[in-house]
Amino acid sequence: MSVSSLLSLLVLLALAPVLPGIANRVKSSLTGRRGAPILQLYFDLAKLWRRGVVYSRTTTVIFRLAPVALVATTLLAAWLVPLDGTTSLVTFPGDLVAFAGLLALGRFALVLGALDTGSSFEGMGASREVTLASFAEPGLFLCFTALVLATGDLHLEGMLGRPLAAVWPAVVPSLLLVATSLFIITLAETSRVPVDDPLTHLELTMIHEVMVLDHSGPDLALILYAAALKMALLGSLIVSVLVPRATLVAPVALGVLVGGLLLVATVIGVVESVMARLRMNRIPQLLVAAAALAGFAVILLLR
Amino acid sequence: MHSFHELLMLLVVLTNFWILGTTRLSAAIRAVAIQGALLAALPLALDPGLSPHVLGLAAGTLVVKTILLPMFLLRAIREAAIRREIEPLIGYTTSILLGAAIVALAFSVAPRLPLPEMESTLLVPVALSTAMIGLLVLTTRSKAVTQVTGYLIFENGIYVFGLSQIERVPFLVEVGVLLDIFVGVFVMGIVLFHINREFDSLDSARLTELHD
Amino acid sequence: MLLFGLILLPVMTSLLAYGSRAHGVRMTLLLATAIGHSAGVATLWTRSVPGVMGGWLRVDALGLLVLTVVSLLFLAVAVYTLGFLRHDPSRGPGRGLFVACLLAFLAAATLVALSHHLALLWVGMEATTLSLAPLVFHRRDRRSLEAVWKYLILSSVGIGLALFGTFFMAAAQTTGQPLVLEDLVRHAETLQPGLLRAAFVFFLVGYGTKMGLAPLHSWKPDTYGEAPGLVGALMAGALTSCAFLGLARGTTVMAAAGQAAFMRPALLAFGLASLVVSAGFIIGQTDMKRLLAYSSVEHMGLLVLGLGIGGAGSYGTVLHLLNNGLTKGLLFLVVSNLVLFYGTSEAEKVTGVLRRAPWSGALLLTGLFAVTGSPPFGLFVSELTILGAAIHRDLVWLAIVMVVLLAVIFIGMARMILNVVYGGAHHAEESAGGGGATGRDGKPFRETWLLLAGPLVLAALVLLLGVHIPAPLHALLDQAAQALGGTAP
Repeated sequence: MSVSSLLSLLVLLALAPVLPGIANRVKSSLTGRRGAPILQLYFDLAKLWRRGVVYSRTTTVIFRLAPVALVATTLLAAWLVPLDGTTSLVTFPGDLVAFAGLLALGRFALVLGALDTGSSFEGMGASREVTLASFAEPGLFLCFTALVLATGDLHLEGMLGRPLAAVWPAVVPSLLLVATSLFIITLAETSRVPVDDPLTHLELTMIHEVMVLDHSGPDLALILYAAALKMALLGSLIVSVLVPRATLVAPVALGVLVGGLLLVATVIGVVESVMARLRMNRIPQLLVAAAALAGFAVILLLR
Repeated sequence: MHSFHELLMLLVVLTNFWILGTTRLSAAIRAVAIQGALLAALPLALDPGLSPHVLGLAAGTLVVKTILLPMFLLRAIREAAIRREIEPLIGYTTSILLGAAIVALAFSVAPRLPLPEMESTLLVPVALSTAMIGLLVLTTRSKAVTQVTGYLIFENGIYVFGLSQIERVPFLVEVGVLLDIFVGVFVMGIVLFHINREFDSLDSARLTELHD
Repeated sequence: MLLFGLILLPVMTSLLAYGSRAHGVRMTLLLATAIGHSAGVATLWTRSVPGVMGGWLRVDALGLLVLTVVSLLFLAVAVYTLGFLRHDPSRGPGRGLFVACLLAFLAAATLVALSHHLALLWVGMEATTLSLAPLVFHRRDRRSLEAVWKYLILSSVGIGLALFGTFFMAAAQTTGQPLVLEDLVRHAETLQPGLLRAAFVFFLVGYGTKMGLAPLHSWKPDTYGEAPGLVGALMAGALTSCAFLGLARGTTVMAAAGQAAFMRPALLAFGLASLVVSAGFIIGQTDMKRLLAYSSVEHMGLLVLGLGIGGAGSYGTVLHLLNNGLTKGLLFLVVSNLVLFYGTSEAEKVTGVLRRAPWSGALLLTGLFAVTGSPPFGLFVSELTILGAAIHRDLVWLAIVMVVLLAVIFIGMARMILNVVYGGAHHAEESAGGGGATGRDGKPFRETWLLLAGPLVLAALVLLLGVHIPAPLHALLDQAAQALGGTAP
């Protein structure tokens, strides 16, 4: 643990809600609209936090626990990532599995909460979410495999930190593939176009949104915040892969992270504005393609 | 940057996956055009000496594979009502997975070939995987246009392999090869045009009258 | 100079024929080129000509043999074309294109035969494929469309594999001028064996597809079945010979490098597979052109079998190459006559030829006995040589299998052809009244000497080769067999 990594985490936590705002704003302006303010999510969170909560009589304690569990797992996952470029708050061999596992656990909690409502819409959303996750996760692990092969280190801290910076020039092509793959996985995990549409209003076409229809007040605020944090986390992975920040001094590294995250959010916005949402049966293809890219990176590194 | 030619070859493989994944006929043709441009740049990146041989090869490849043939193929399908590959023999997800398997195979086989030392160790595996993915597209897609793009990818794979022997193959021969491919695809394009007119579709799966 | 001339003359006349508007001019160009080319090839027989382009173009025994087959066939086909275009009722591409494609084929085939640079040979081979494609599509209907599509795709991929093989060959080479045959053979012991083998496998599959060896033959019946007969004659006689030459060049290098033990089993396997497949499909075949296509598969199989057996088998192979080329030309041209006369090549509808068109009927009968290897025709001699070589090299089982399969093929072909030649009388009267009986000019179809001269000459040559092989030819065959790692019988 170091001061700089703690500081980076705090910055990330504070910054996270900006990212969806930027993505939506970019999308709006590229499609000729003015759009909501970039800080809209902060307003929403504040508003929701002040509101009361409504619980359906059919729900149980699982439904109430789900948002908390989601935020907690996402926060824990954030501890494992070397956000300042060199050190994580917590690190142990194989923590990359814990990272993926924590994200999966959070999703599991959310899915349980959705199923707990007994609503058919939410059940449908839950099943879709799980289906997509099962396609996205192999891709994520292949990305991690490529990074482990490149650095020979089983810690996230090493895979994204100093050892990566040391081998960085030799493995750039593979890293580009990994970054592309991670970006597609990010789109899927954070429910953005072309996988899902966060702004849709028709339950039948929703994936992620439909699962949280019954949540209200602070519960919903937690879920929204966790989603933003997840985007920030996955984004930080992309930035770490593309820029060997371990060679930079701590403030610059933090600046690069912030700048990189803003850039990732912008690119997500651009993608959203130029692409239509894919048909449901084409989404697995996209995710398999992402996995294939990561697999190709692995092959290149195995040579 | 690691090296420019490795990046180019990486992109060549990515265009292969693009073609495996796309349903639009025109997108497949564009992807082939982009692959052609990458291939044109490849000899320049491999041989920074810029000999006339290399320059000529790059220019010829660019003109034939990036400009003439894609333009011609786009023209050939312009009149067709169907713009998408609807019923591939195997699904897109499966073909991407197969493509990944092919790439893995090519990369595992290539180091065992007793080839002499080369500029880039990527050259052979990229060549093999590109040629094999070309054959995959050729055999699993039912639209005649897509089959032609498959053939072009196959030829591109051979071209990449040929780059490993660039000093041994004289320029005249390379011009001949390019010319042959150009005329070949040209004739295929004309046949495409006739298939389209005769069957009102670009589906080569309809060509089933001849059998024993 | 002569070598350049042989290639450039047809190139130029091809362009002229495409550009010219008068039919007479085009026909004159075609005939003049054919005669000029033959005269040039005849000169090559009498006089040794030095190689040009640093040895890239050169005359050797095997190349000259293929060139002779090509040239003779082309002369016969050129004369036949004069008669054919007069009668041909199909809507077809312009006659200018037709003649231009024929001439372009001659140029490409000559390039293949003369080329001693393996990559240049490949360029020529691909050009032969492409030059005949528009002619396969001559009838402009759905069936010919399907045929030309299969032909283009499968041949192009096959020949692409051969290009892979060519690059492997270049990679195997450590000294000498890259890819020049003489240097490959001279420094054969320095070739890397692993890469050489890979190259040979690609050559076998690539040029094997072009030859139509089973199981790579699937385009062949469709293409031969739909193409006009005279194109079939060029394909089955000249194009396959060129493809064989491509494979033979690879074989020469392999033999020189002492890799015969590696290539023989592969050659035997492809050869046997071709015999088995053709025997299977010839029985019960209903279309004459498709029958001939499978017969072509059979003879390609015999060619590689002879190579695989080695020894005197190589001599048999090169002799068979010559015989097969001439016989296929004869048969396809005669069947083309029948198609003009009856409007179809389906054996059911073509009967009683001997009465309706006696000359064609007699020639068809001659062709049947020649192509099935009956004495006294040339194919009997070459097949016997190959069989004898098999027995001589302790491959008795192979010889027995070959004889059985050849017998099956004989029965299958004879059943159809004999019915076509003699068949039921009233049936013939009926179909003779059909649409095919009149030509383009509306006059009733007659056997003109233009339609008969080519097949007649070819038949005479095949007969002659069966009776006596002239000394210069024997010397040439001997040389060619030795280049392939064999001996004279």
